[in-house]
Order: sequence, then structure tokens, then C-alpha cells
Amino acid sequence: MEMRTQISGNVAEVAVTGEMNIYNAIELKAALVTAIDGAEAVELDLSGVSEFDSSGAQLLLLARKECELAGKKLTLAGRSAPVDSVIGLFNLGELFGSARQGEA
Amino acid sequence: MELELGQARQTFITESQELLQEMESALLTLEADPACQDAINSLFRSAHTIKGSSGVLGIETVEKFTHHVENLLSKMREGEILACKENIDLLLQCRDHISTLTALAADGIEVLTPEIEASGAALAARLGQWLAAPVEKKEEKQAKPPESRHEGPSSATDAWHISIRFGQDVLRSGMDPVSFISYLSKMGEVVSITTLFDSMPQASDMDPESCYLGFEIDLRSDFDKAAIEGVFEFVREDAVIHILPPFSRVASYVELIQGLPEDMLLLGEILVKGGALTKAELEEALRRQQDAEGGQEKHRIGEMLVAGGSLHPEIVDAALDKQKKNQSIAGREASTVRIDAAKLDALVDLVGELVISGANIDQHSQRMSDAALQESASVMLRLVEEIRESTMKIRMVPIGETFSRFRRVVRDISRELGKDMDLVISGGDTELDKTVIEKIGDPLMHLVRNSADHGVEGPEERRAAGKDPKGTIRLNACHDAGSIIIEVSDDGKGLNKEKITAKAVAAGLIQPGQQLTDQEVFRLIFEPGFSTAEAVTKFSGRGVGMDVVKRNIEALRGTIDIDSAPGKGTTVRIRLPLTMAIIDGFMVGVGGSPYIIPLDMVMECVELPASEKSAADRRSYINLRGAVLPFVRLREFFAESGERTGHENIVIVQYGGTRIGLVVDELFGEVQTVIKSLGRVYREIKGISGATILGNGQVALILDVPRLMQAVEASLLAMSA
Repeated sequence: MEMRTQISGNVAEVAVTGEMNIYNAIELKAALVTAIDGAEAVELDLSGVSEFDSSGAQLLLLARKECELAGKKLTLAGRSAPVDSVIGLFNLGELFGSARQGEA
Repeated sequence: MELELGQARQTFITESQELLQEMESALLTLEADPACQDAINSLFRSAHTIKGSSGVLGIETVEKFTHHVENLLSKMREGEILACKENIDLLLQCRDHISTLTALAADGIEVLTPEIEASGAALAARLGQWLAAPVEKKEEKQAKPPESRHEGPSSATDAWHISIRFGQDVLRSGMDPVSFISYLSKMGEVVSITTLFDSMPQASDMDPESCYLGFEIDLRSDFDKAAIEGVFEFVREDAVIHILPPFSRVASYVELIQGLPEDMLLLGEILVKGGALTKAELEEALRRQQDAEGGQEKHRIGEMLVAGGSLHPEIVDAALDKQKKNQSIAGREASTVRIDAAKLDALVDLVGELVISGANIDQHSQRMSDAALQESASVMLRLVEEIRESTMKIRMVPIGETFSRFRRVVRDISRELGKDMDLVISGGDTELDKTVIEKIGDPLMHLVRNSADHGVEGPEERRAAGKDPKGTIRLNACHDAGSIIIEVSDDGKGLNKEKITAKAVAAGLIQPGQQLTDQEVFRLIFEPGFSTAEAVTKFSGRGVGMDVVKRNIEALRGTIDIDSAPGKGTTVRIRLPLTMAIIDGFMVGVGGSPYIIPLDMVMECVELPASEKSAADRRSYINLRGAVLPFVRLREFFAESGERTGHENIVIVQYGGTRIGLVVDELFGEVQTVIKSLGRVYREIKGISGATILGNGQVALILDVPRLMQAVEASLLAMSA
């Protein structure tokens, strides 16, 4: 798993590659929270995620909740097939619906 | 997962074999005791797991058929269909069919031949018949009680409503809600699903390894409640699960809403969205409910579950029980590692090389008079010895599993032939080399079939002979001084000596009037083409059994002998070496070439006395302390041309009750011998079973004493004729 955060202006562009699952949930959460704290808006790129499980989905939900509370904007800039399938399975499409347009 | 699909498939094949084995023994237990709930549960679990994993791996043939079986089993588990001889028989056949299907899947074949397809369809149809009758009753039961038990309108939806809140530890225990939901979605059509994460705290308090997820699912499925509950079997303890059947009364949805931690209105909306309730129904129900129980405290979820009739207290107990069992299985799995047999073989090979090079170093250190070096060498040798022993132990497997396979064989034969018999197994935990276990299965099968078919008599015959009408076949294994003994015995009619003799005379194996000991008579049945059975049955009696058995046992460097008493029964005793790869050998020299004789066959060594020498040149036997000892000169037998030494030695070897002398030039003594097999090219060479590499790099041939004896006997006969 690798997580890269790039700040451009006041937008944090976070790209996760590799596994996004229970084995690295703790690191991911810490990194994600820091990224959200330090920016006005967050753009999450999950197009490089090779594995995605419930803990990954939870982190996604957490990010969304945090952004909502702080009045920040969260966009899902890209999602790989594993991410897509879990979002589909859990019917979370509506919550992250804007990502589709961003991707297209 | 896709990356490791091939491997996952392999694991599935191995696992399903184990599960099928479990199914078989559960079925046999069930046959003995049709009320045994444990056996039914184990059956169901096995079938369920096979279906589940084949589904995940996309092996449709197995998944589809096992699904039918599971349906029947689930009815049996609920006590709606009772186990009886007929359905156990059917289930056994189904088990065999699943086994065929998995075997095909292992070869990557998923397009079935018409015959297999037809037999599968026939079995499925028979399963269907069992299900058909009670199913109607079941539907009535399902549709009626909610209305008759409680007044109130029913929901109009035909979908199940499943409400689940995963416990915090679910992820930590290695389970992933994703897999449960995706499995569930395979059981039918998911009408709607809503993911709830309201219980997730703020970022600072959120533990990313805890699970905060909950789901409200509407599922259109033909499965029954037990099957849907089965999906969540592994999280039953760690999650709160409510399952409402289709057309449940509205009030039960409301109860459900109240029992859950989330906001009532939110949940209500989810239900409305999923189609379980209409908006009007929800509002009406909520209002009524508030009027009725306004002042009352909320029920606790557990109480509500039980009170709501969705769980009986005894079911909760049973679930706990099962959980414990699952845990103990998990514990066992944790303490064993599954290794590829090829890796193990490679390790054994390496250890073999290590033994050889260790011996090499030892030889060199002996030559140099360096005490420190000798000391280190001897310590190393000891360690190598220990490594060798523990490596061999890794390959040891208990024989019990092989034994229990025969329960089915005995059962099938007793059915077919109308006999009544028991298989008693003892010493199942005796351990044997894995290769030996693999190769001993077939010969044992023959012996057990023989006992069941020809040994044990029918009940009338037994009663007439004053015996218990129920026959007994015993399988026993035990260790005995470096070898293992496996016994197959029955309390049947015993071998008929007269008949064997007559048959042997007819076949020209012995001369009429030849006097033979009992042992010799019994041994005749191992001759090729020998069968005393009057009736050739489906199971045995075609006369291709015992000689093959004997050959197989001998290929394992084992021996076989028979004891029998008329009217009392027959015992076949197989003696096998503990391991195949390394033996203790006795090294001799013939014309400058080293040969190895397996040490356990060596009886003694004597010098060929000069007095006998001249006589020995003419006849090939000597007088050994008053007994005749035939011998063979290895120099001549192997056409060795090296120089003759002054005196010759005789190594006396014994095998299967016969002794012969092997005349050699030199005696070197005991060596640890790592057996290397010779290539196919050398297979036909008589008297050699393999080769080994000595410490000095020289190759020594290992003598195959049994075949050497045969060759010598044959040449003696040729000479005398």
C-alpha cells in the first residue's frame, strides 16, 4: 500500500495504490485524517487500489463524514474495479455519485 | 483473489475431499443412529461449505448439484424430514456424485458427459421427490401462522428482509462483511440494500480495525430461513441479525425498527424504500404501536428476538455449541500447516544428500588424525542423524483415515449380499510414511473386500454354525520393531484347505499328493490367477486379487502372510517398513564393486569353508550346521569380472520364511543408505531395487532380495529339471 498526498492550492489530492484493507487500515486512517485536516477540499484517487474490503469502505465513509462535518468537499477522483464492486455491493453509489462524472 | 484462483481451486479440491470424507462418515453414523443430530449438522455443514466455496470459485457443476443436496439436508436438520435408510442411501449416492464432479473440476472439466449429466439429473429428481411432499406443508406453515398468531395486516412484499449489524470485532476476527453480502446476493435477487454506518464515531474515536457497518437488505430468494441464516453462521455470535420472511406482518417490521439502535424514522424509510412497507402502513403502524406501548421501556434486542419467535432459546444454545465446535476446529487448523508434497520430497532428497556428504566428511576425518576435526565431524553426524529422523517424521501420517474409508466398502457389500457385518478399527493413529499410506490403500481394499465377500458368511449360515449372525471384520495397525503391522481379520468361515489344494493341483501349481504345511497352502492363494470363490461377485473373485496384493506389498518392501482356522476366520498380516527413503544397509564387495543388502534381511555372515568350496562349485547349496542352504554367487549372477580374493564369504539373508546365502568377496559392514531409484531403463533388471551414493562418491547397487530369491529358485528348478 502506498498513499501519496499532494497539496495543490487548498485541495489535497490523495492517491492510494495497492491494498486498501484491514492490514493497513490504521496507517491509512491516520494519513487520511491528516490530509483532510490540512486542506479545504479533498480529492481521493482510488484508481490504483488493488484490494478493497469492508475496512476500506469504512474509511471512505469516515472521510465523507468528516468532510461533511467540517463543510469540506470530498470528491472521488477515480476508483478501480475492486473499489467499484464494493461500492456497488453496499449500494454506496449515491454517496459518492459525483465521482462518476469526475471520472468520465 | 483472482491472482490466486488456481491455488484457491487446488485448496478447494483438497478441502472438498476432506469434507466429502466427513460427509461419508457422518452418513454412516447416521445410518447406525438416524436420530443423531450431530451427524446431520456435520453433513449440512460439509455440504454447505462445498457449495459455498465452489460457488465462490465459479465451479458451477458442483455448486448446482450440491445445492439440491443441501436443500434436503436443511429440511433434515430442521427435523421436517427424518433420516431413514432410503434417504441416507440416496445421500450417499449424491455424495459420490459430488465427488465425481469435484474430481472432474480438478481436471478442469466442467462440461459433463451425457452419462454424468443424466445420473446427476436422476439424483436431483430423487432429491426433489423427498422435498416435494413436505414443501407444501412448509409453505402453509409459513404463510398462515403470522396471521393466525397475531392480528394485523401483512406486508405485501415477496422479499425477505434481512437486518444485520456487524459487531465491532468482526474485521479483527478475519471476517469481511463484503463476503457475506456478496454471498447473500448469490442466493437471490437483492431488491434493495442500504449500508448503515451511524454507529461510526468521529474520526478521533474511530478505530479503523473495528467494524461499524450495518445493512438493511431486501432479498427475493427461494431459499428458506435456515439457508439464509446459514450465510451468517460464522458471525452469528458477533452480529445482530434479524430475518423477516416474505409477507411478514407489519407489526414485526415495527418491532424490528424499535429493536435497532438507529433512528426509527430513518429505518422506516429504508423499509419503505425497499418495498417491505408502504408509507401509509408505516405511519399507521408506528402510531398504533406508540398508543399501545407508550409508557413501556424498550425491549432488549435479545429478549425481543426470543419473544418475537424468530429464535428459540434452544436454538441459541445449539448455536453456541456449534460456535464452540467451530472454534476448536479453527484451533486445530492453526496448529497444522498444509505443505505441498513436492516440497517435502525435495526436503527429504536434500536430507538424503546431507547424509551422504556427512558420511563423506566422516570418512575423511577418520583418515586425518586430527582429534578436533573428528570430534566436530561426529557432532555433525549426530545432528544429521536427528535431522534425518525428524524429516522422516514429517512424512508420517496416521493410517486411520485410510481405514475409515473401508467402512463404506463394508457397508455396501453387506447391503449387496444381504450380510450383516461390522467393521472394527483399532490402531488408527499408528503413523506411516505418506507414500506407503498412498500405496497401501488398494491392497487393503482388496483384502477387506475379500473378507467381506468370501470370509464372512450370510446370517443364516452363521446362525447354523452357532455364531453371532452379525459378522465382524477387524482392521488393526501397530508398530513392531522398526516396521508396522497391518492386520485384516474376519470371523468368517476361514480358508478351505482342501479346495485350495485341489485348485492348485488343477492349475498345475503343485503335484497331486504333495504334502504342504498350512502356511504353504495358504500362500498358494497369492499365486497369479488363483481364486476359490464359487461365485464371482461384483466385488471380488475374478482371481486378479491376491497376486496383485502381494506384488504391491512387496513393492513397498513389505511382506504378507495368512493365518486361518476353519470356521473361526482368517487373518491377513501385512508387515511394512516404516520408511521408504532411507534404510540401514549392509555393504558387501563383489569383484571390486560395492553392493548394499537391506540390513533387516541379513541373518548372519559366515566364511565359505575351504572344505565346502570344492563341493560348492558343483552344487549350489552348502551344509550349514546340518541344514541345507541354497546359495548364489553374486559374482556370477551379476557377471562381475573384478579380481577374485582369496576367500569367499556367505551372507545369509532371510525373507518370507526362506533363507538363501549370497556369496560375496568382501564384507564392509553397516551403512546408512539413501535409496535412489534407478530409471525406467533398469526396471527389468532382476535382483536390483535401486542404487545409492557412497561417501566416496561411488555408486552402490541395492539388492532386491525377494526378486533375487525368485530368480535363484527359478534357476534351481531349471537345473534340476
